[in-house]
Amino acid sequence: MQFLSYLVRGISLGSVYALIALGYTMVYGIAKMLNFAHGDVIMVGGYMVFFTFCKNQVPPVLAVLFAMCVCTLLGITIEKIAYKPLRGAPKLAVLITAIGVSYFLQNSAMLLWKSDPKSFTSIVSFDGVTLFDGNLQISGETIVTILVSVVIMIALMLFVKKTKPGRAMQAVSEDRGAALLMGINVNGVISMTFAIGSALAAIAGALLLSSYPTLTPTTGAMPGIKAFVAAVFGGIGSLPGAFIGGILLGVIENLSKAYISTQLADAIVFLVLIIVLLVKPTGLLGKKTTVKV
Amino acid sequence: MEKKGKMKKTTKTTLTTFGFVAVFWAVIEILTVSGHLSSKLNGLLIPVCAYMIMAISLNLVVGFLGELSLGHAAFMSAGAFAGIFFYTTAGAELPVYVSVPVSFLIGGLAAGILGVIVGVPVLRLSGDYLAIVTLASGEILKNVLCALYIGKDSEGIHMSLKDQFSLGMAPDGKMLMKGAMGITGIKKFANFSVGVVLIVITLIFVLNLMNSRAGRAITAIRDDEIAARAAGLDLTRYKMIAFVSAAVFAGFAGVLYALNYSALVADKFDYNLSINVLVMVVLGGMGNILGGMIAAIILTILPELLRGFSQYRMFIYSIVLIVMMLFNQAPAFVSWRQRLMARIRPKAAGKQDGKEEQ
Amino acid sequence: MKKVLSVVLTGALAASFVMSACAAETIKIGGIGPTTGPAAIYGSNVKNAMEIAVEEVNAEGGDIQFELEFEDDQHDPEVSVNAYNHLKDWGMQILGGTVTTNPCLAVGAEAVSDNMLLLTPSASSQDVIDTGDNIFQVCFTDPNQGIASADYISNQELGTKIGVIYNSSDPYSTGILSNFLAEAAEVGLDVLDPQAFTDDNSTDLTTQVQACKDGGADLIFLPIYYTPASQILKAADDMNYDVKFFGVDGMDGILSLEGFDTSLAEGVMLLTPFVATATDDATVAFVKAYADKTGGDIPNQFAADGYDVVKALYKACTEAGVTEDMSPSDICEALKEVMTSDDFSYDGLTGSDMTWDASGAVSKAPHGLIIENGEYQPMD
Repeated sequence: MQFLSYLVRGISLGSVYALIALGYTMVYGIAKMLNFAHGDVIMVGGYMVFFTFCKNQVPPVLAVLFAMCVCTLLGITIEKIAYKPLRGAPKLAVLITAIGVSYFLQNSAMLLWKSDPKSFTSIVSFDGVTLFDGNLQISGETIVTILVSVVIMIALMLFVKKTKPGRAMQAVSEDRGAALLMGINVNGVISMTFAIGSALAAIAGALLLSSYPTLTPTTGAMPGIKAFVAAVFGGIGSLPGAFIGGILLGVIENLSKAYISTQLADAIVFLVLIIVLLVKPTGLLGKKTTVKV
Repeated sequence: MEKKGKMKKTTKTTLTTFGFVAVFWAVIEILTVSGHLSSKLNGLLIPVCAYMIMAISLNLVVGFLGELSLGHAAFMSAGAFAGIFFYTTAGAELPVYVSVPVSFLIGGLAAGILGVIVGVPVLRLSGDYLAIVTLASGEILKNVLCALYIGKDSEGIHMSLKDQFSLGMAPDGKMLMKGAMGITGIKKFANFSVGVVLIVITLIFVLNLMNSRAGRAITAIRDDEIAARAAGLDLTRYKMIAFVSAAVFAGFAGVLYALNYSALVADKFDYNLSINVLVMVVLGGMGNILGGMIAAIILTILPELLRGFSQYRMFIYSIVLIVMMLFNQAPAFVSWRQRLMARIRPKAAGKQDGKEEQ
Repeated sequence: MKKVLSVVLTGALAASFVMSACAAETIKIGGIGPTTGPAAIYGSNVKNAMEIAVEEVNAEGGDIQFELEFEDDQHDPEVSVNAYNHLKDWGMQILGGTVTTNPCLAVGAEAVSDNMLLLTPSASSQDVIDTGDNIFQVCFTDPNQGIASADYISNQELGTKIGVIYNSSDPYSTGILSNFLAEAAEVGLDVLDPQAFTDDNSTDLTTQVQACKDGGADLIFLPIYYTPASQILKAADDMNYDVKFFGVDGMDGILSLEGFDTSLAEGVMLLTPFVATATDDATVAFVKAYADKTGGDIPNQFAADGYDVVKALYKACTEAGVTEDMSPSDICEALKEVMTSDDFSYDGLTGSDMTWDASGAVSKAPHGLIIENGEYQPMD
């Protein structure tokens, strides 16, 4: 029973990682860049929900919608100003700029909203379920987060496979040059990807903070890195991979805390990642690519 | 010696690079002797030297081997902790002219060993997967060092990965390493000349490597891995040469850095530091050693120059970083710059072109 | 109108003459702490409080005036040393910092070689004052807190099985922990295996709480700051775990955490020298001044320590007769003598009758407090 409750805590943490990783992996799949600022967009989303829902009792759904709008605008603006001019530049240049954007968002948040932590009120009002005479609890936040992650994952997969803009995204992801020749508006597709990714970040922020309520300007940084790891774990660019990677990462992290060492939990998580990548160099569900000469 | 202008390109690069170090050294010495060196600048000299070495060595991996490493700080950390551990224990009884060089050797060796351990699995991967594994290795090392307690008492050495209390030390015991607090009470040694000597050694090694058979093999791998393999190059061997040498020099940089402070903490060497060094390399132009060194100086001094802005300091730094990247790397800006150069100095612009393609 | 203006101007001019005739000595005080980065909350609190204290000192118009410059160190020893050198170039004569422990160890060594007096508000490790005899603390040392907590829990028989959750990447937390464990073994407390988290791994603390619950702990000792503590309280509540909590001075601030449901903190006990809700005149005035300055923020114990740094320095400087043309080293010698003398004591926000011994450690009494009805009440 103890094992089960640790497992549930792991899944609960993992579902948050999964939700963030979905945004990461989608942007990577299309724009082929590691958007290090993704975690900080989550933080901005968190603050938006905090100011609307937690401080001013705006209904949670409206608050999250508002945060999604703000983050979408933010994502598109960042893409236009900082990433778009670098299209065609070395990949690393974009990575470094993304890091600059991450610093920028963190420091702006600190100037705007100060560095003192805020305690977030959960947007989930439903209590969760208790099983086995109260021995096993699954919180409402966990259930909602898992459901939302699954819904988003499926919606994104359908969107990519079935709709016209989705197929355009796929084309851009496969071969940007060829997509351009086929008359696809590559810049538009990439902007759209960032818009969707940032909107997802807002949802992720709201749910991350509902489960783990401390909100500071650096709140997004570490979950962002962990989600990045989760995305790679599952095979970066693959949506189901990101979901599975996130859940697994959370489970490994919490089980190693419970049974091996609380201090070395991060080391263990990263070690498992390295081992997985050695066995499967493109992650769990990553596509094998053969390089053509 | 050939005439100016007809000089071989590599020779010219070597000369300008060493020339730059000489000028850098001379300027600082003149400032020191004439008493114009402020405490702030003086305090920055050693970190600047250490970061220059970091940038040069990371350039081996990122610029010449063409692999993205997000864990270079780990090697600096390994070097710093191994070197300083020796320096504060066994080395404490030796005269400095013995203990310091030995500390450097131990630091370099430790970083090199870590380089091999990380390199063997890592170099089988590529691209972003390699990046994440280097990042992971760095975080693992940081996490373990943060939890490592070592103490010594009359019964010998005690070690624990939990906390100080579980060492079960006798009351006469002395802590050598205190987890998150790291190693404290280091007798500061580093001085600027040591830093410059170390930079020169690093440059001699790296430039020689680049102009050697191995160096050409490494760049061949970067430019086309499949062709390089088809040509019969032992990919793993050359990749390891680049990766492990970079690690060794990062280890030296770590020892130099750590000798400049009385306390050494593992937290310092996190992925943020790796990324900062990466920024230096990218900003200086990948594969451009001189550029990397200049970027290291600028990026280390810049946050200090921004102190006048008080709480807006890091905010402005982030904007400067983004703008510098856009200006240096955005295709539109690059061609605009070249056009501008062409208008001012037609010849210079031509050369600039050549350099970018190098 | 013109007339009024000219009278005012003449008055001001005259006043300025009078002021300069007094020849107040302006001493340059430096401060260092993180005002950006993840630890920014601690540095900003100290910075604001030191500024308030300096304004008060200067408004008194005594013989000594302070000029303060506070520099950011991002909680990084390297940047902290840079900040120190920057302040030296500015002409700093006394250092009131640094705020966090690891940077303070690095800066401490510099201060020792310059013989600059260093009075840290909150770098609480024993190693900080061991660095040199010119280094003094306003806060308790970690051993002090760890031992006091174990004794208190044992004397009051607060728990039979003690769980511990601490931050293994924070010297403050590990320092208190190891002394707590040693003392607990001494007095025979039954302590479970301590549960750790790190700064990088502080998102989810539920597993640690669960482990305490499974181990059967009826009291959890939290040698950590209030932010992770708030998460732990919520996690315990979520899993219907009825347990007592015992904190240290880092716990102060939990009641003023924005958005936090203070009912979760009911019954939390802590040993602390300062609480913002105390009703003595000095605290009330300080909390008001702090809120006025920051637009409604509530100071935490770091702020109170920072305030005491300036005020204690002011008192010591006055008694030592420090003048602005003295070198940092001379000031240091003079202040050292005054501060460690038997008849020097200082009444501040974080304790009355504070005295310092030659080691640099402060002697003051912590209060045992318990949170009842959302307020701190003295615990007896």
